[in-house]
Amino acid sequence: MRYVLRRLGFFVVTLWTAMTVNFFLPRLMPGNPAIAMMARFHGKLNGQALRAMEVAFGVNAQESLLVQYLSYLRNSATGHFGTSLTFFPNPVSEVVLSALPWTLGLVGVTTVIAFLLGTLIGMIGAWERGGWFDSILPPVFIVLSAFPYFWIALVSILIFSISLGWLPLGFAYTNGMKISFSWPFVGDVLAHAVLPGITIIVTSIGGWILTMRNNMIMTLAEDYVRMARAKGLSPMRIMMDYAGRNAILPNLSGFGMSLGLVVSGAILVEYVFSYPGVGYIMLQAVLNEDYPLMQTLFLIITLAVLLAILAVDAVTILLDPRTRAAS
Amino acid sequence: MADPILEVRDIRVEYPTPDGPARAVDRVSLAVHPGEFLGIVGESGCGKSTLLFAITQLLIPPARLAGGAILFKGQNLVQLSEGALRAVRWRDYSVVMQSAMNALNPVKTVAAQYADAMRGHGHADRVAIRARSREVLSLVGIDPVHLDSFPHQLSGGMRQRVMIAMALLLSPELIVMDEPTSALDVVAQRSLMAQIKTLQRSLGFAVIFVTHDMSLVGHFSDRLAVMYAGIIVEIGPTRRIFDSPGHPYTQGLLESFPSVYGPKIPLKGIPGSPPNMVMLPTGCRFHPRCAKVMERCSIDPPGLYEAEETSVRCFLHEAAVVGRA
Amino acid sequence: MNVAPSSAPEMRADGARFRLRFPGLGNLGRAILSNRKAMAGAIMLAIFIIMALVPGLIAPGTPGAELYPPGQGASFDHLLGTTSYGQDIFTQFIWGARASLVIAVVAGLLSTILSALIGVAAGYLPGMPDGILSLITDVFLVIPAFPLVVVIAAYSKSGGNLTIIAVLVVTGWAYGARQLRAQVLSLRNRDFLVAARLRGERTLRIIVSEILPNMTSLLVANFLGASVYAILTAAGLQFIGLGNVNTDSWGTMLYWAQNNEALQAGLPLWAIAPGFGIALLGGAFALLNYAFDEISNPALRPVRGRGGRSDP
Repeated sequence: MRYVLRRLGFFVVTLWTAMTVNFFLPRLMPGNPAIAMMARFHGKLNGQALRAMEVAFGVNAQESLLVQYLSYLRNSATGHFGTSLTFFPNPVSEVVLSALPWTLGLVGVTTVIAFLLGTLIGMIGAWERGGWFDSILPPVFIVLSAFPYFWIALVSILIFSISLGWLPLGFAYTNGMKISFSWPFVGDVLAHAVLPGITIIVTSIGGWILTMRNNMIMTLAEDYVRMARAKGLSPMRIMMDYAGRNAILPNLSGFGMSLGLVVSGAILVEYVFSYPGVGYIMLQAVLNEDYPLMQTLFLIITLAVLLAILAVDAVTILLDPRTRAAS
Repeated sequence: MADPILEVRDIRVEYPTPDGPARAVDRVSLAVHPGEFLGIVGESGCGKSTLLFAITQLLIPPARLAGGAILFKGQNLVQLSEGALRAVRWRDYSVVMQSAMNALNPVKTVAAQYADAMRGHGHADRVAIRARSREVLSLVGIDPVHLDSFPHQLSGGMRQRVMIAMALLLSPELIVMDEPTSALDVVAQRSLMAQIKTLQRSLGFAVIFVTHDMSLVGHFSDRLAVMYAGIIVEIGPTRRIFDSPGHPYTQGLLESFPSVYGPKIPLKGIPGSPPNMVMLPTGCRFHPRCAKVMERCSIDPPGLYEAEETSVRCFLHEAAVVGRA
Repeated sequence: MNVAPSSAPEMRADGARFRLRFPGLGNLGRAILSNRKAMAGAIMLAIFIIMALVPGLIAPGTPGAELYPPGQGASFDHLLGTTSYGQDIFTQFIWGARASLVIAVVAGLLSTILSALIGVAAGYLPGMPDGILSLITDVFLVIPAFPLVVVIAAYSKSGGNLTIIAVLVVTGWAYGARQLRAQVLSLRNRDFLVAARLRGERTLRIIVSEILPNMTSLLVANFLGASVYAILTAAGLQFIGLGNVNTDSWGTMLYWAQNNEALQAGLPLWAIAPGFGIALLGGAFALLNYAFDEISNPALRPVRGRGGRSDP
């Protein structure tokens, strides 16, 4: 129980840090971008909306810094993020909520697939040591994992969209199609998701394969694996139940820690494919100097990573009885 | 004596090193009879654990069995297919390892690990499996409620007993133990050994017991094999070896520990250290450290000579020249 | 009552799982030469270093010069073709190595130093200081790096290489700090350190002369990993235009290529070449990193021939 509380406390601290960064960073930068940005709103919003904007963004000349900071925190916690410049006059929260499902669908699903698939391949690779699998594949994947996500994306667009014309070269669905749960639409969405999805899987799977392979090799030398052999258990059972279940544990914690990296790559993939997810919108916001939107997306992405880590924690507790004792 | 249930003939275990292959076990032969308690003693690094893993077919690459036969009830384990070997494992012979904390799967309950062993050999009835699990646990004096515990929830001594109980699940005829008491304190050691001995007498299985603790094995074993640098230097009935050790190494071992009773005499160790397994001494492997070394010892390797019921690998006992080189 | 203990080094006789203490930088050369992956990585790195040091020798001329007929494909005159602005792609490619390499090495080095400072301090100091430092490390570890990088870069208008390096160091140190802290914790209670404390050595001296030498392999691994991170993230930043778009670097090449829709315009090399450069440079560091793992832990090395199956 104490462990859970400590974890939650940590998450709160992290979120608070993100909000604080959001608040103070523009003020610390030369040229005080916050004030500059507010000036651009002046022409567009009337008195009351402008005041609301100032409060939401925490830029209010009349109040002290501390008060502004506190009201900014309060607003963030309650979901008042202001109005978006890029998608004016929509509130930021609306823009974020409309982009979120696309990212969760694309990035979320493919990351999990990459992890599971990579772990499986790594496990089997370590089990079947000594073959070509062991000497050739690891270096291949090492180099592959150093390829920038977005470059792989560009190359796949070149090959599959432009040259072969098999798959669409961007966006989440064909322009003008009605959003519904009908088969044509869903099929269209899937067709648009194939290239970005495969890009993410191909670039991230290498890391999982390699770490699982190394974990597995170390686990296979453990006494309890030898004991399992001594008991005459089938190779499949030994590989999965004795070695695999133990080897995956450090990989899981690594998964949580690396989510930040996954998100990074995913942002660029969305950019290249103009996929309207959180990452793409964030980059739009940056290019348009739409700070309210940008900051909020940063916050949301942080929140998503924290929630994912929480989920990974839960899975770890499920799989490792020793952590149950600790919590 | 009845026919031996285990006959190890001339086995060799090698593993590659940057300086050439090292022979951790070099042409070892021994036999174990039904219900017999055979102890194998030696210093760290002499190859006794490797010998154990070779016999039970549990070597991990790059170590490999480079030759010899392992006849269990007449069947050569080395020539068995994977599937046939799997059927023999645990049912005919089982293994107890040194550290139960490392030998038990940390993420599965005791019951699950027991069930794995039984289901792997054709037992499918959950109730029967559970009943047998409870039975073996009570044999070693553990409350069956611990069937649903995870290894980390048990104390060290309990874990060792859990491991021993697991070895009894399919009523094997031979249990091979690799220093199962080394991780315990002296009191727990004695108690566990006594329990093993009792179980052995009542259930009738044979035991091969590997250890570096002479006194422990001296008290509980029927026969004793002394290993040095990958070979057996002396083998015979325990009492006989303790009363009149034949090999200078064995003599040195026995003289290395003080007796609680008796006169206080200065401790004598054995000078020097075990040889580099890639660059072994010529002739007898022990000759650089031997107090009774003769000129011949550095030239020819001695064979195994029988003296009464004991076989000793030393030229001092060449009188009756019987046995293998 | 035990047999007289042997003085031979303890080694599991069946060869399974014995750890080699990492030999130290002196044996580095030998170690690299014996490992294929390390060799490959080192050669690739060497090529890029040469490209960065003397680009003029390989591709004379100014990379930004818009002298040539625009939009040409690969030819003998222009090995990789020309951009939409009439610049020679090959020249740009060769000259671009310098910026990427400099960013990688400088950011990697600074990041490792910061990781070491915080990680070792956290691991060695007990109680509260460790708690605070660990908390800061974990927070920075969890906050997604690239979004943070983007946010910081977005606010700073100058956006030159210096900004990029600063931003990379600020976001990249946490992972290494965590690893180093764990290592220090495991070393902390070893006998030789207890002995040093008992001798009355001052904390700083203990850290520098006793702990750090034992951590060389981890520090090197950290540097290599941080460099890969720096290369990829810097490229990403430049690609979306947050770097200085007038510098010669692979990332900015990609930016201009994307802006001019190079792929659709039939100038794929404009985008492919710099991407390849980034990938190979990052790959070189990654290979060296992986090879280091293998060097310090022989169990991970590939098993040659004979099947080597570890199953029954």
